Amino acid sequence: MSNRWRAAGIKLLLFLLCLLPFLYLLWDAFNGNLGANPVEALTHRSGDWTLRMLLVTLAVTPLRRTTGYSLLRHRRMLGLFSFFYAVVHLTIYVWIDQVFLWDEIVEDIIKRSYITVGFTALMILLPLAVTSTRGMQRRLGKRWKSLHKGAYIAAALGCLHFLWLTRADTLEPYIYIAVFVVLMLLRLKREQIPGFLRR
Amino acid sequence: MLIKKPDHIKFSEITTQSDYLRRRDFLKKGLYAFAGLGLSGIAEALVKAPGKNPAIANLADAGFSVDEDLTPYDLVTSYNNYYEFGTGKSDPVENSKAFESRPWHVVVDGECEEPGEIDIEDILTGITQEERIYRLRCVEAWSMVVPWVGFPLSTLLKRFKPTAKAKYVSFETLHDAERMPGQKRAVLDWPYREGLRIDEAMHPLTILATGLYGELLPNQNGAPLRLVVPWKYGFKSIKGIVRIRFSEEQPQATWNMNNPREYGFYSNVNPRVEHPRWSQKYHRVIGGGIFSSKVKTEMFNGYADEVASLYTGMDLRKNF
Ligand code: HEM
Repeated sequence: MSNRWRAAGIKLLLFLLCLLPFLYLLWDAFNGNLGANPVEALTHRSGDWTLRMLLVTLAVTPLRRTTGYSLLRHRRMLGLFSFFYAVVHLTIYVWIDQVFLWDEIVEDIIKRSYITVGFTALMILLPLAVTSTRGMQRRLGKRWKSLHKGAYIAAALGCLHFLWLTRADTLEPYIYIAVFVVLMLLRLKREQIPGFLRR
Repeated sequence: MLIKKPDHIKFSEITTQSDYLRRRDFLKKGLYAFAGLGLSGIAEALVKAPGKNPAIANLADAGFSVDEDLTPYDLVTSYNNYYEFGTGKSDPVENSKAFESRPWHVVVDGECEEPGEIDIEDILTGITQEERIYRLRCVEAWSMVVPWVGFPLSTLLKRFKPTAKAKYVSFETLHDAERMPGQKRAVLDWPYREGLRIDEAMHPLTILATGLYGELLPNQNGAPLRLVVPWKYGFKSIKGIVRIRFSEEQPQATWNMNNPREYGFYSNVNPRVEHPRWSQKYHRVIGGGIFSSKVKTEMFNGYADEVASLYTGMDLRKNF
């Protein structure tokens, strides 16, 4: 099999894999499998997948560094999936959770710090999605790279959003935070690591 | 510590306020009947038992009901906040399957003349259990309507003869990590504690529940004995009670200790006082499905006529 076919196969596989949580969510929604509070389940599951996809996207470079396996050519798709889940998450919040109670929505965005932070993360992801095309990448040149560093900030804010919305049991958000921190550390170049920690 | 068992006090000796309410309700029903009006909103017959747990015998219909539909039994018993059995909503039903709620004793002490201990069987056989259909409003902005089975808390408290110093009543949940696996993690400062002012505790709407839907309480709902205070956020209605104490000082309350900025001692349902992280103006009715709209939250969860007078002159924004 030629390399091109292999890459296309991997791409299709990844695409379906990334779409699976969404299809599963739809399936559960239509079959009434979302439990006693389906709205909460929808918000939580879409939020979870936004953050997971964002972290998967940020794992591409560390994965290549540590194992040599590169998903670089699929990174854009992974990132766009994260944006897709964020849009689903927001749509669920505005349409199904708040049922277009705009005063409540605006109040939430301004006053509830966890929503402010989530909203900011989404506002950071939006231009990244818009400028993710190859054409935009070429046109923006060097600035594209610095713009897309915003993904780290969005992920950090996503973690904070999760931590701040949790009432008492913070184990799960801390797991995401730990994954985020490890991914960041794995990105450090040798000269960025303090001497006593270098091998 | 020696705990004196109270001598037999017949419950019939105590005239409770609920008798008074019952009479009033009877009058109300009579009037409706006279006028030929429908009785919607007043429970006519007891709800149908689903046959999942032993039924509670000699159940009285105390006439407490609401206009809203009952939340289906399956939802009432599968969507619970009971951190003693895990922090997820579906953890309690899963993790409480092996929980044995017998034998069970409740210690009652503190500022009272006859401190003692009472067995759950004595409670079930010695006190007439009533059906009380109440709204339940969780601080997380969702609600249910539950047909509880229980009796006024005051009925039990009076038995122990609280003194003039008894300004508050506090409650504690069982603390036994072997039986309540959620306690293996220090998510909250165990044991779970809650408290009421004595007038709140003696209020006829405040009950101790032993069942729901005509049957003994499922473990995940707080078996064998839990508090139900329908005008306060759900977390005040402490589950799995093993201790009740009268005190002169305001007692500790678990969520209040955990985060005093977010959870006050009173925690009355109040749409005008927001939780710092979300609005309390609306809530979602459990059982409404995906496309149900939110419902406006009422002051004191719709029980203002009955309880507002407990708080006259108090700034409920400060004492939230
Ligand atoms: C306008 C933007 C956003 C809004 C309005 C929003 C709103 C919400 C709400 C209302 C919840 C449920 C809170 C609760 O049940 O107490 C939630 C949960 C969550 N959101 Fe967001 N969110 C936004 C953006 C994001 C973004 C960008 C991410 C990820 C990067 C994210 C990740 C999550 C996660 C992980 C959860 C928790 C899921 C769980 O508990 O399992 N959200 N969000």
